[in-house]
Amino acid sequence: MASIQQGSRLSTFAVLYRILARDILVAMRRQSDVAAVFFFFVIAASLFPLGSGADPKLLSSMAPSVLWVTALLSCMLSLSRLFASDFSDGTLEQMLISSQPLILVVLAKTFAHWILSGLPLVIIAPFIGLQFNLASESLQVLALSLFIGTLALSLIGSVGAALTLGLRGAGVLIAILVLPLYIPVLVFGAGAVTATTIGMSPQGALSLLGAILALSLVFAPLAASIALKIALE
Amino acid sequence: MSGLNMDTVKAKNGINWLKYASPKTFYPLAGRLIPWFSAGAFLLIAYGLYLGLLVAPTDFQQGEGYRIIFVHVPAAWFSMFLYLLMAGYAVLGLVLNAKLSYMMAKAIAPTGAMFTLAALVTGSFWGKPMWGAWWVWDARLTSELILLFLYIGYFSLQSAIDDTNRADKASAILAIVGAINVPIIYFSVKWWNTLHQGASVSLTKAPAMAAIMLQGMLVMALGFWLYSVAVIFARVRCEILERDNKAALLRQEI
Amino acid sequence: MGFLNQSRQLVADNLSIARGDRLLFKYLSFSLDNGSVLHLEGQNGSGKTSLLRTICGLSKPLEGTISWCGDSTDVLAEDFFQQLLYIGHLPGIKEELSAIENLEFSLTLAGLKSEQASIRNVLEELGLKRCMDLPSRYLSQGQKKRVALARLWLQTSPLWVLDEPFTALDVSAVDMLKQRVEDFASQGGIVIMTTHQALQMQVPDLVRLRLNS
Repeated sequence: MASIQQGSRLSTFAVLYRILARDILVAMRRQSDVAAVFFFFVIAASLFPLGSGADPKLLSSMAPSVLWVTALLSCMLSLSRLFASDFSDGTLEQMLISSQPLILVVLAKTFAHWILSGLPLVIIAPFIGLQFNLASESLQVLALSLFIGTLALSLIGSVGAALTLGLRGAGVLIAILVLPLYIPVLVFGAGAVTATTIGMSPQGALSLLGAILALSLVFAPLAASIALKIALE
Repeated sequence: MSGLNMDTVKAKNGINWLKYASPKTFYPLAGRLIPWFSAGAFLLIAYGLYLGLLVAPTDFQQGEGYRIIFVHVPAAWFSMFLYLLMAGYAVLGLVLNAKLSYMMAKAIAPTGAMFTLAALVTGSFWGKPMWGAWWVWDARLTSELILLFLYIGYFSLQSAIDDTNRADKASAILAIVGAINVPIIYFSVKWWNTLHQGASVSLTKAPAMAAIMLQGMLVMALGFWLYSVAVIFARVRCEILERDNKAALLRQEI
Repeated sequence: MGFLNQSRQLVADNLSIARGDRLLFKYLSFSLDNGSVLHLEGQNGSGKTSLLRTICGLSKPLEGTISWCGDSTDVLAEDFFQQLLYIGHLPGIKEELSAIENLEFSLTLAGLKSEQASIRNVLEELGLKRCMDLPSRYLSQGQKKRVALARLWLQTSPLWVLDEPFTALDVSAVDMLKQRVEDFASQGGIVIMTTHQALQMQVPDLVRLRLNS
């Protein structure tokens, strides 16, 4: 058989891109996972009017909260899958001892998670917002706040997913760990939309949301990497 | 050329049990200190209650009901302080890989959670006569509630992991992440309060502080501190015994 | 091959490893140079996998150090991982991806560019010509193992750590793997592997280590 060729090396960016692409490819082939997040959001959001009556004024006042909380829960439901599948087939192990810094691998995977679980919500939420009688300006802010916020949610959530890797009841446990940490994102995200509905500028809330995203970008992959190493010891 | 000497007795004195040595000296030391701290706590809390319930003057606006702040405020201080202390020990544990630090963090959690619950309950009792409702979403109470959630998360993670080593380290990470989030959460709750309620409904408006009131609260705080130390030490001793049981198996094999 | 012939050494010094609360073994020391193949034997539960994982850096030992070319592997981190090829119990392949896609990803993790042609060649030689494009869930255990082992022909790491590489392989695959290990070692590579069966190998330096539970 041919002896080993010494291959040429990939740039770090190329490696990250390939990790991201691979995660998306795997999810696409599974299909059910991606669709599930989507459907959950649509169905769960429509439960609220069913639970409280469909008065348009009431709906539009509770819309920011309902849509944001539902989006947050949808993101959270898919968190356990972030590392679990790779953990059970041994590919996560390989990532821990690969030539790439684990932090970057985690970042790439989290980004892929966002594209699969967060981005679809950004697209569908404004349409659901229409059902809640939100004005178009509010819908725009909703989409923007979700765009920034769901990325922060994926990042913060990755820490919870890493800590609970392989544990019994990981799904509920992730919720208990991660939901308190989600509260600032919720407050500023929904707050931005609320501000818009009452005529205030959403700038403040959105920039605070951006600040949380920046903090998560810096700290979350680090915490998640440490947690992964602990989980695989 | 390769060498293989599994049977050669090394000059080293066996496994470095430094990790267990600290608990070994801590155990008897803590045992001696606990009675003193307990007695001191009892005395101080009794004195503080005396000051708060009997000596401090009746408030003009709030009547007798306000007296509950003598428990509420120190409890709230400690719920926060103990969480940060827990996170501090978590950092120590991760950096030094010292078992005792992890045990301290684990022992602090229940007391911290208890103070959080106490702060919430006393806050509720304070609010009822003032606002007519058992719960008010004011910034301080809401932050306390979220702090309770953080404690609950810590307990849940600890109990979900069987392997002691992994449980220690994972909950340490969680405690640190939580501690970093505490100021962020607090800030966001304040912001949320002003957004939704304009002039904030606030329980934190304690009556104008007569010196005696401040003294009362400080005495209570000190009493709580001594109580915490006593209880935490006792818990750590229990933890040491539990782990020592497992460690004995290891020692037998050396 | 020049690359593999560079002088390298893996040294384990006074390793004591525990799993959970059970001490597996203590004071294990060995050193391996170019061309050494370490056969690790022992019953299930004797600590073979734990030792391999500790060498790889996935677990930490209770006591002791592991050095690669003079530096502690703790300190080297990614620099060490780059030279390490670990194949564990789990196949390390994703069911949704084909054999080729899985190997491309393995090479990506190693930081190497992959050429479809060379991957296809190797898979063909390993008898996977007809199933290399199928999602791996359709492969048998033995076939998945062969996909996992294909890395041994595609990557250029000087240190191999293999956990039960012969399980689920048929006779011809066993021969191929044995040959590959022998070639690798004679070119200067270092191999640590666990085996259930006592295997004869023609290598510059064969070391047997038995762990007792």
